[in-house]
Amino acid sequence: MMFSDLNAIWFVLVGVLFGGYAMLDGFDLGVGALMPFVKKDHDRRILYNSIGPVWDGNEVWLVTGGGALFAAFPEVYATVFSGFYLAFIGLLFMLIFRAVAIEFRSKEPWGWWRRMWDWSFTVGSVGASFLIGVAMGNIVRGVPLDARHEYAGGFFDLLNPYSLMMGVTTVALFMMHGSIYLHMKTEGDLQQQVRGWISPLIILFIVCYSVFNLATLLYVPHITDVLRDQPLLFAVVVFLVLAIANIPREIHHGRDARAFLSSCATMLLLMSLFGMGMFPNMVYSLPNPENSLTAYNASSSQKTLRIMLIIAAIGVPIVLAYTVAIYTIFRGKVKLGKDSY
Amino acid sequence: MNIEILSRVQFAFTAAFHYLFPPLTIGLGVILVMIEGMWLKTGDRKYHNMARFWTKVFALIFGLGVATGIVLEFEFGTNWATYSRFVGDIFGSALAAEGIFAFFLESGFLAILLFGWDKVGPKLHFFATCMVAFGAHFSAVWIIVANSWQQTPAGSHLEVDGEVVGAGFKMLPEHLGSARMVIDEFWEVVFNPSTVERLSHTLMGAWLAGAFLVVSVSSYYLLKKRHHEFSRLSLRFGLALAIVASLCSLVTGHGSAKVVAEYQPSKLAAMEGHWESGPNAPLHLAGWVDEENGRTVGPSLPGGLSWLIAGTADHRVTGLSEIAEEDRPPVQATFQFFHLMVALGMGMIGYSLWGGWLWWRKRLSKLEHAETRWFLKLGVVAVLMPQLANQAGWFTAEIGRQPWIVWGYLRTSDGLSAVVKAEQVLASIIGFGLIYLLLFVMFVFLLNRKIQHGPEPMGGAIKEGR
Repeated sequence: MMFSDLNAIWFVLVGVLFGGYAMLDGFDLGVGALMPFVKKDHDRRILYNSIGPVWDGNEVWLVTGGGALFAAFPEVYATVFSGFYLAFIGLLFMLIFRAVAIEFRSKEPWGWWRRMWDWSFTVGSVGASFLIGVAMGNIVRGVPLDARHEYAGGFFDLLNPYSLMMGVTTVALFMMHGSIYLHMKTEGDLQQQVRGWISPLIILFIVCYSVFNLATLLYVPHITDVLRDQPLLFAVVVFLVLAIANIPREIHHGRDARAFLSSCATMLLLMSLFGMGMFPNMVYSLPNPENSLTAYNASSSQKTLRIMLIIAAIGVPIVLAYTVAIYTIFRGKVKLGKDSY
Repeated sequence: MNIEILSRVQFAFTAAFHYLFPPLTIGLGVILVMIEGMWLKTGDRKYHNMARFWTKVFALIFGLGVATGIVLEFEFGTNWATYSRFVGDIFGSALAAEGIFAFFLESGFLAILLFGWDKVGPKLHFFATCMVAFGAHFSAVWIIVANSWQQTPAGSHLEVDGEVVGAGFKMLPEHLGSARMVIDEFWEVVFNPSTVERLSHTLMGAWLAGAFLVVSVSSYYLLKKRHHEFSRLSLRFGLALAIVASLCSLVTGHGSAKVVAEYQPSKLAAMEGHWESGPNAPLHLAGWVDEENGRTVGPSLPGGLSWLIAGTADHRVTGLSEIAEEDRPPVQATFQFFHLMVALGMGMIGYSLWGGWLWWRKRLSKLEHAETRWFLKLGVVAVLMPQLANQAGWFTAEIGRQPWIVWGYLRTSDGLSAVVKAEQVLASIIGFGLIYLLLFVMFVFLLNRKIQHGPEPMGGAIKEGR
């Protein structure tokens, strides 16, 4: 069913782009959230430089995901971005603070300067993670849409407990992912310190995620219905549990890279669970489900979807090839040098 | 203030601020390729040190470009949702292609350009530099495709409620939610009538921005008698690019104007303050538009406009009085920005040729000549010329496109987000205003620090990290 039509393919591809964003920029944002727990300037620079060469490439996944959403599902793009106006402007501010903090921070040696940008980095990273989570929470839970598919709620309707919980869960998830990434990129005392964070963060994430899922089962019946109809989803859940459980095991055996890959798998499985729970809905309308935006009523013309598929078929393999090459060139522990941040 | 004005102000402000940076990275990218190419060819360490310095400047500019660029992609959806629904089938594809083909390339290889000096060999590093420069140019390609399609739509048709309607369709408020542009032919969209001319002109403007930055910093060092060998060489790289790009700007600018004349007559009339239709249309060198009385005062060449467009003074040029008032762009602003751009463009040609003359006379970096000192002093501030010209050019293009957001199909006032309130936009304008002010101050401060710190000594030992 999933691969028989262009709309479904683009539903998956947009999901892949945003999933790629969560998997890659997720650890950058997590590193930002963890920055206050590292005190020495040298160690902080290690943290910055662990993401230094890759963070802006990672942010491109969000830019491209947004572009693909615009191209393939303009109705979703228009409704969500205008409906969540203040939240998205806030997200932009957070991403700006995060970006310039990395760029500016180590350019001057003064203590106040570095502390200021460290805070900008942390606030930007946590804020962006949180707002991304809140937006996704609202999309899962459903938002009021009118008959023309325009958002019919206000800004404060977005701040419901369910979506706020999703925001907190996302911060916890990115922190967990960030700590596992850092464990791979650090050595010595700093690595020991990072290692101490991993288990508590995994537990924190599992607690948040369990509460969130309980809330989903109790308060979001349209997702519960999907779960009941598609037993296959439980297989994904099993893989998810295995992937998370594998992380401490790999850390214990000193296989940092495999722990990180396991964490990446966790991110992708979470994203596919999200997508499978939603399909074909892209924005669920509550209280009038008939106004929901779906992969079928919100898409561009078949011709555009086909052209875009050709563009993706040419572009994505090239992107993946050099992304892997670049991660390979910058693999291993971070060493500070003259080009470092 | 109403939401249309606020939304336009916000988009203009965030786009104009963003556009301080990408032209610099495009132009500087070309210079980096030139310098690193020389390093690879000669193996001379001094080119390596030059490349390292300009790479650091490049990194700072690139960082600001990334931080301010994502804003624009979001703003189509946040502030112009009706427009986004209307053009998603076409405009969105160009944005997505920009991401997949250009942004990934640029940001991926930037990692090697900035942090890969000791991790990869010189050849691979040179390749990465080429890819960054190529990516920067390629992103310009896609965004200009998107913008040119807004100016001169092609390869698409209008549908309302799923029914095909003709181009002359009168759009009423009740149609807005369901009117869509639908693609017919991808390559006609990409190569719409204005893409090639506008792209080449935009790229030349970007090359000028990079070239004049290099000229400015080099001139400053020469005058201060610092980093002589570095600045002597850098100045030549910058000047060479400036000569090529300023002359090409003239050619591509002329080409762009001819396309405007053919496809956007009301924009051309506003650019030239031309009111009465007819042959022998004058070319204003400068002036003031008297919109009330429908005339333009200032020195002009009789028949100049007709001649420039068609090569003969007999060519008939449409005047503003022939165009319904509600279909005219703001004439004064379009006229003044256009003339500012042209004047700056001529200034850059003059300055570059002057530099070429000094170069030919072997006086370019010889401070004992008063002429050279004047040339360098002007060079320090000349960095503002391409920046102002690029901004003025875009203001001409975008103000001149009014009242249309998609030429002939959708009015700007009809493209707004239906659910966003004026006070929300006001709040975000204030937010962007404060943040961008901070960023601008930081950028100038850090760029100046970088310039004061200067390059590593040419051929000397390299200092180890900070």
